[in-house]
Amino acid sequence: MNRLSWFNTVSLTLGFAFLYIPMVILIIFSFNESKLVTVWAGFSTKWYGELMQNQAFLDAAWVTLRVAVFSSTLATILGTMAAYVMVRGGRFFGRTLFSGMIYAPLVMPEVITGLSLLLLFIGIGLDRGILTIVLAHTTFSMCYVSVVVSSRLVTFDRSLEEAALDLGCSPAQAFRLVTLPIIAPAVISGWLLAFTLSLDDLVIASFTSGPSATTLPIKIFSAVRLGVSPEINALSTIMIAVVTVGVISASLVSKRAMVRQRQEEQAAARTE
Amino acid sequence: MNSTVFAPWDDPQAKPLIQFKNVTKRFGGFTAIDNLSLDIFEREFFALLGPSGCGKTTMMRMLAGFEKPTEGHILLSGQDIDPVPPNKRAVNMMFQSYALFPHLNVWDNIAFGLRRDNMPKHDLEDRVEEMLRLTRLEKFARRKPHQISGGQRQRVALARSLAKAPKLLLLDEPLGALDKKLRQDTQFELMDIQEKTGTTFVIVTHDQEEAMTVASRVAVMDQGKLMQVATPDRIYENPNSVYVADFIGDVNIIQGRATSTGADTYRIDWAEGQPPLTATSASRFADGQTCHLAIRPEKVTISAERPADAVNAVQGKVHDIAYLGNLSTYYVELSNGIIIKAQTANTRRISRRSFTWEDPVWLSWTATAAVLLAD
Repeated sequence: MNRLSWFNTVSLTLGFAFLYIPMVILIIFSFNESKLVTVWAGFSTKWYGELMQNQAFLDAAWVTLRVAVFSSTLATILGTMAAYVMVRGGRFFGRTLFSGMIYAPLVMPEVITGLSLLLLFIGIGLDRGILTIVLAHTTFSMCYVSVVVSSRLVTFDRSLEEAALDLGCSPAQAFRLVTLPIIAPAVISGWLLAFTLSLDDLVIASFTSGPSATTLPIKIFSAVRLGVSPEINALSTIMIAVVTVGVISASLVSKRAMVRQRQEEQAAARTE
Repeated sequence: MNSTVFAPWDDPQAKPLIQFKNVTKRFGGFTAIDNLSLDIFEREFFALLGPSGCGKTTMMRMLAGFEKPTEGHILLSGQDIDPVPPNKRAVNMMFQSYALFPHLNVWDNIAFGLRRDNMPKHDLEDRVEEMLRLTRLEKFARRKPHQISGGQRQRVALARSLAKAPKLLLLDEPLGALDKKLRQDTQFELMDIQEKTGTTFVIVTHDQEEAMTVASRVAVMDQGKLMQVATPDRIYENPNSVYVADFIGDVNIIQGRATSTGADTYRIDWAEGQPPLTATSASRFADGQTCHLAIRPEKVTISAERPADAVNAVQGKVHDIAYLGNLSTYYVELSNGIIIKAQTANTRRISRRSFTWEDPVWLSWTATAAVLLAD
């Protein structure tokens, strides 16, 4: 192990302090005995208990989860289809315009996306609720899915699809039996991206949610405006934990798969 | 013995398996295939040979169904296959990249095409095992494509494309990714498998040695046209154009003017101060017509003295020697600056070599050694 120079040590400390001090404070105060957020009065897990009793928060969490699952699944299907057409469709009329328009929502201010969706829903007389949030989240997250999937499709060896056709597959079978299994990792990471985007979206959800359905970020935001309660700290800590566990396990799984593949390739090279 | 020679192309009664009828293929303004007609017969091992961009891959992709002819028709067993999509054709293809499905093991890769036909489970298993035996892959059936070597992958690709017992197998540069030694072994393996299965093979290659080794007939292509279609020995010994002579193997091309000196015999005046050359040719040349004399280097004899009975002999000095181990090619510069290549087998050790740089030598060849070409 190399020792870091003093300069690198300082950089490292500063950088990580900047990134993580706010979160560390939040986690510490979620275990605070006192009701006052800024005064430490001893260790306690009582706010976690209280949280479990708070029906409003639990309802919001349930809504958020359902919205995230539905919208990310829908966005993955639509985004994959869009990516497939853009990469595989050849040079059809208006292709450049369409591919530009797929990426445009990535840089569109969320306020504008939210407002236009709100106008649309009012215009067609759709009552705001879970359905409208799902539709809204699908709209903006499918662009991200399409970006992730099309970057995979660009490097996809097209002769694999041709081989499938040559061996008797219809184009639909070729997609289901060959293309989809091979691009599955990209599709899954697209889904995860859409899921997390939906999970923490505040702006678009607040435009498109109604009184019957409130998501967790909206709930937290509105609760904080009335004063930060330790319950919110507890809730946030749980969310951080869930995300951390998810990210670490995902990277462990993919790293293990990579190591195994490399070992297998070396084994194959030896048997030649 | 003569009756057993496989040569359906010489038999006017033989029905071709594949017929290209005035096929033209254009991509936008670019003509990849130019009004091309060609017959390929059953059980043939047919090679399409040419430089990159000559249209050979387009021919293959039209046979597989990935491209449609702009004009003309392609017939398989007398039936127009232009409207038939690739998945409905009794034609299979072995891809240059092998295109093995990375998520399936060797067994499932081979079974892939059979499963699409809803073959009964028992027959399917038998067929896959048969293919594994044919390509000597029994030990690797459960491995994934990334767990086997390049040569094994090549055999999996072959087994997969043969599994459905196609009428026609297309091979796109099948040995391009293998190293030279393995390639030579695999060439004979391919011929062996072709003979065993009796399948018609069409191979695309830019490697002329490969085409000459494996094929029953070779088609030399250039810019979307067929330059010559013939057996490997005819392509080599009797090229019909300067292009083919130059493309296949090593050759000396001498330009001159032909004058008839008797039946099938011509005198060629080719350079000031050089004796005229004599060559025989079955095709007619008018007196004074520009012609090209193509002579293979191995048909040129190199000697210190002028051979007494030589029909054609020129003098020069050794300009360069390419030592290839088994052979040496001498680059002999004539007094007028023209360089002629002569190749000899190194039957003696190199220290006993008769000629070295700057040695004056005589080059000679017979009247029938060279081919006289109009253009």
